[in-house]
Amino acid sequence: MPVGGKKQSPVAVELEEAVVVSKISGREWDVSGAWNRMFESRVLTDYSYSKGLGKIAQLDGGESLEYCYGCGKCVPVCPVDLVSEYGPRKIHRKVQTGVDLFSSDELWKCTTCGNCLRVCPKGVNMIEIMPAVREVAVGDGKVPDELQGIFEKTFRYGNALGENPRRRHAWTKGASVPIRVLSSDPTPADVLFYVEDYWSYHPRGQQAAQAFSRILTRLGVDFAILGAEEKTVGDSQRLAGEKGLFDALVEDVTATLGKYEFQRIVTPDPHAFNALVKEYPKRGFTYDVLHYTQLLSPQIEKMNFVNSIDKKVTFHDPCYLGRHNGEYDAPRKLLKAIPGIDLVEMGRCKENSYCCGGGGGGMWLDGFNSNHLSERLSERRVREAATTGAEILAVCCPYEVSRFEDAAKSTGNEHLRVVDIAELLDEALGGVETV
Amino acid sequence: MKVRRIEKGGALKIVVGMRQLADLVEELEVADSGVDIDRDFVKFVSNEWDEAALEEALLIKEAVGGEVVVIALDEPDVDQTLYSAIAKGADRAVKIVGVEEGWTPTRLRAQLLSKWLKSEGDWDAFLTGVQAADDLDGQLAGLIGATLGVPHAAVVSKAEPEGSSLRITQELGGGTLSESVATGKVVLGIQAGRQAPRYAPITRIRQAMSTSTIETFDAQEIDLGPGPKVRKIYPPQSKGQATMLDGDPVEVAEKIVELIRAKGLVR
Repeated sequence: MPVGGKKQSPVAVELEEAVVVSKISGREWDVSGAWNRMFESRVLTDYSYSKGLGKIAQLDGGESLEYCYGCGKCVPVCPVDLVSEYGPRKIHRKVQTGVDLFSSDELWKCTTCGNCLRVCPKGVNMIEIMPAVREVAVGDGKVPDELQGIFEKTFRYGNALGENPRRRHAWTKGASVPIRVLSSDPTPADVLFYVEDYWSYHPRGQQAAQAFSRILTRLGVDFAILGAEEKTVGDSQRLAGEKGLFDALVEDVTATLGKYEFQRIVTPDPHAFNALVKEYPKRGFTYDVLHYTQLLSPQIEKMNFVNSIDKKVTFHDPCYLGRHNGEYDAPRKLLKAIPGIDLVEMGRCKENSYCCGGGGGGMWLDGFNSNHLSERLSERRVREAATTGAEILAVCCPYEVSRFEDAAKSTGNEHLRVVDIAELLDEALGGVETV
Repeated sequence: MKVRRIEKGGALKIVVGMRQLADLVEELEVADSGVDIDRDFVKFVSNEWDEAALEEALLIKEAVGGEVVVIALDEPDVDQTLYSAIAKGADRAVKIVGVEEGWTPTRLRAQLLSKWLKSEGDWDAFLTGVQAADDLDGQLAGLIGATLGVPHAAVVSKAEPEGSSLRITQELGGGTLSESVATGKVVLGIQAGRQAPRYAPITRIRQAMSTSTIETFDAQEIDLGPGPKVRKIYPPQSKGQATMLDGDPVEVAEKIVELIRAKGLVR
């Protein structure tokens, strides 16, 4: 029986003594016991369709769960299955056999990494199913406490960390270059640098934001930030099921963006990138959006590298930059351009990259999910990175530095430095001394 | 506690008093007046004990039916608190308007709320947080009970319906609990709810904002009579007496034991 399932065992019928006699030869066969075992009708009919798959199929986005025909291709590529019992096929089967996904802990394990959808011949789309079911659960108040706190903080402060909104651009002080804040100088800018939560507030993220600002300054890019007016774009909150919160954020974010003139938005956060590229246009707001690696990679020629980083480096593809939006090359081009770096790939890379566990709300469910996982996804990933012999794990998603640094410590891989590509570039370009 | 019978079905009308406090995500500063914090750049949030009171009220309503009314003074960001309460299941929200801006002394708050409670008349229980960051000695519920001549219980950790009465569990300190039954009107200072405050989905808060109205009640002239006045507020003075102990855990533990002995804290 699957972990956590309420699946009913089929009813077996077995005669202790049974003999089969051939009508032609008269010969007898003893088929006593297990040899004559039969099963009563399949249990699927014992479960309600309308309370299970049917209820999910009715949801906007939930239609495809019942398309599953059980081939199981999704299970070996599911990052959660590697540390637990999971995968769309297993979810489908559980729902089919009576598990109420709306109130099950299973609902919160999916990180919406998208690897299952990549291989699914039937298009079972967990990236739509999970938020749809979660939205109902959130509406019924069935939301893990730690996630509830994040939703409340995001609604109140505009950031998931519950930090003071007025200190959103406090990091600019340590950048060693002037950074224009649009509210105090609203003249048109080429690039609107959408910093997002973790580069704004997390100490390691702030270092990356400062490094990126120095790179932009060196390249002569005309850029500005929103400062205290910036709120999170809210994609992970949406995928975690708080659609109402996402709608509220879309209103606030687009109203703020509407106040200023800029050519394009550049963000370090693949989650923000994903929402701005895919979700905001659905609501009528279309912008020219780039991930920061996409802005920088065509400008490698202009970069004047002064330091060599003689290290073996491996790179982790963020799910929402790579698999969800097809960008695998820009970060690699940047890494390969840095003098001295020896880039080695992990076994799971590019389309089949492993998930750090932070997507789809997973960033805020480590405690809740710890009851169900043998180890964190970030820990599994760091161990994989360590086996390549790399000294540096390069990342380009703001969730990852904190996740992987913690995982490096908890798995005894402290020797593995977790560094954002922006920081590596800045270091190779000379750091604060050359701006 | 005075016990009074009321002839009524199980349904209860419960009023929850809520208040706004400076959000401690901000660094608080003393205003130029010297007797209040600078409120200009501070965000306000609802008092967490009031949220526990609201949760308890909603649980009672879910068990026996009735009505939950939330009431608050017109303080900064109070609308969000009231709409969240409606999103969680409160039936009505009332705002007392016309109160002077700035900090409202607890005695004044008690009188203002009492006026409304008197004019409303037909409620069964008034629940509010047992304390707040600006009322750490927990006076509000007691003062309202006294003003209205209604029995009061403080540090309540459970208020469970029992017929048309409430069975009340209070913390008496030192791990002692007391249980009593209130059969008439009662005023409770809530220490904790039976469960953590529920989540108000943002969709529902936004729905409440567009479909429900916050009622208003005009603050009345109150003569508080003589009483203490705030002369000065100031941040705690740092005295720099912290000592950092170095060494491995065993050494540090030994040093701590020595210190405790030397200061005569244990014999």
